Amino acid sequence: MTQPAVVRPLLEIRDLTVFHGQLRALSGISLEVQPGAVEAIIGANGAGKSTLLRTIAGLHHPSQGSVLLDGEDVTRTRPARRARAGIAMVPEGRRLFPSLTVEENLRVGASYARRGPWSIDSVYDLFGWMRERRRQKAAQLSGGEQQAVAIGRALVANPRVLLLDELSLGLAPVVVERIYTTLPQLLAAGLTVLLVEQDVGQALQVASRVHCLLEGRTTLTGLPSQLTREQVEAAYFGLRGATTGGVGHGVA
Amino acid sequence: MAWLDAVLQGALTGGLYALFACGLSLLFGVMKVVNLAHGDLAVVAGYVAVGIITVTHVPVLWSFLIVVPVMGVAGYLLQRSVIQAALARGELTTLIVTFGLSVVIENALLQFFTANSRGLGAGEALVRSSLHLGPRLQVAWLLVVIFAVAVLVLLGLQYFLSRSQYGRLIRAVADDREAAQLAGCDDRHVFGIAAAIAFGTVGLAGIAYGMYSQLSPSTGTDTILLFAFAAVVIGGLGSLWGTLLGGVVLGVAQQIGAQIDISDDVLAGYLVFLAVLVLRPQGLTTRRAGS
Repeated sequence: MTQPAVVRPLLEIRDLTVFHGQLRALSGISLEVQPGAVEAIIGANGAGKSTLLRTIAGLHHPSQGSVLLDGEDVTRTRPARRARAGIAMVPEGRRLFPSLTVEENLRVGASYARRGPWSIDSVYDLFGWMRERRRQKAAQLSGGEQQAVAIGRALVANPRVLLLDELSLGLAPVVVERIYTTLPQLLAAGLTVLLVEQDVGQALQVASRVHCLLEGRTTLTGLPSQLTREQVEAAYFGLRGATTGGVGHGVA
Repeated sequence: MAWLDAVLQGALTGGLYALFACGLSLLFGVMKVVNLAHGDLAVVAGYVAVGIITVTHVPVLWSFLIVVPVMGVAGYLLQRSVIQAALARGELTTLIVTFGLSVVIENALLQFFTANSRGLGAGEALVRSSLHLGPRLQVAWLLVVIFAVAVLVLLGLQYFLSRSQYGRLIRAVADDREAAQLAGCDDRHVFGIAAAIAFGTVGLAGIAYGMYSQLSPSTGTDTILLFAFAAVVIGGLGSLWGTLLGGVVLGVAQQIGAQIDISDDVLAGYLVFLAVLVLRPQGLTTRRAGS
């Protein structure tokens, strides 16, 4: 359907509206993630960032709008099918299988893997300490270690898009730093990343494009290099004078 | 010698109770479903065995080759339809739904097979002959075989859950359903597989009880379900080997009760059940299934 001359976005969100009961969590969000990009979604608590990622993964159902993976509409597809099609998510709070060992967690992640560069071995190479402790129960690991296993569990599926939900939550800054240093290696292996982050500094550092949410609406989009601190603050806290970037607002 | 005999007989009967209990324990451990139709399904399996043996003349002992797969398929289908729909409405709904299922099955059995009880003649060799362990100490081969089957089933379940791909997925879904879905795992299918396995063991339990005693439409709720519950609670909910321990404790308690007064056997079992509930509600073992 799309013209082959234009680079098709790998992930496209069109006019997405999601309700939690009576509460409108997202209102008409649109965004595109190009192949190989790192799209960062920033915003305060309750802005709808996690809801957006969970809707893309299929855990919430939108009342309006659509989710497209490489041009294919997956809005009505169940989460497991989306995962097999190449959408992997590292959920907020890591959500490892606590009674399974590190290796078993990774093997569950690899159960329905696509072909690709990642395997349990390459994850062990990425996180050096993991091989030695593969027989430990996931529940016995520290928060940072669990986060690494959660990332590994998503990587071994060889996803096309990796959704990262609040990697920094509950972790020491040093640990967060260490986890984010692996990001370039993931991108080099051909991955596309959509991440949600409360830590704006961290997000601006790694993102190729930033998307700011406030109370379920887009308040700012743009390239990190072209955004001023004032613009970001205004969009983040909802101060007057917030500007909206050009991408996405296709509501006619 | 009479007391030693009681303990021995009771312990072996525990194998039968463990066979009753492991399907119940597995369903609860994996999907938090308390299947109140558990006993009735075992009776259905027993009746299916009676039917198969009448029609095809296969030996009683081999009827499980047909009954277990039939029950497995039934378990998968029931999970994907009725139980899944109930789970989606909350865990308590499954109690009501499986209770309804129990009533339906029991009345359907009454309707089609009358209230007469039936047994599965296991053959003279197994029922009449005994293993002599001493001058006045002997155990029926049938009980020895059932106990061995129970141990084999538990070993198989343990191996399956801890080593196989599907076992791993079952444990993952039991741990965190949403995270398992994010890994591409279809939770409903995985629950279906778990239900199929649980129902397979229910099939074995039905056949074993049919050989050990007599089956009637009410056996499911008044004997099999209650003994299964007692064994699961005594051993520890969700623990596979706990069901064997629970079964053995229940069996021994019943036999010792019978030694005191022949009509006290069932009562003694339930007294132990109550004592465990009060003193150690988590059961004698607290390990989780498959760990």
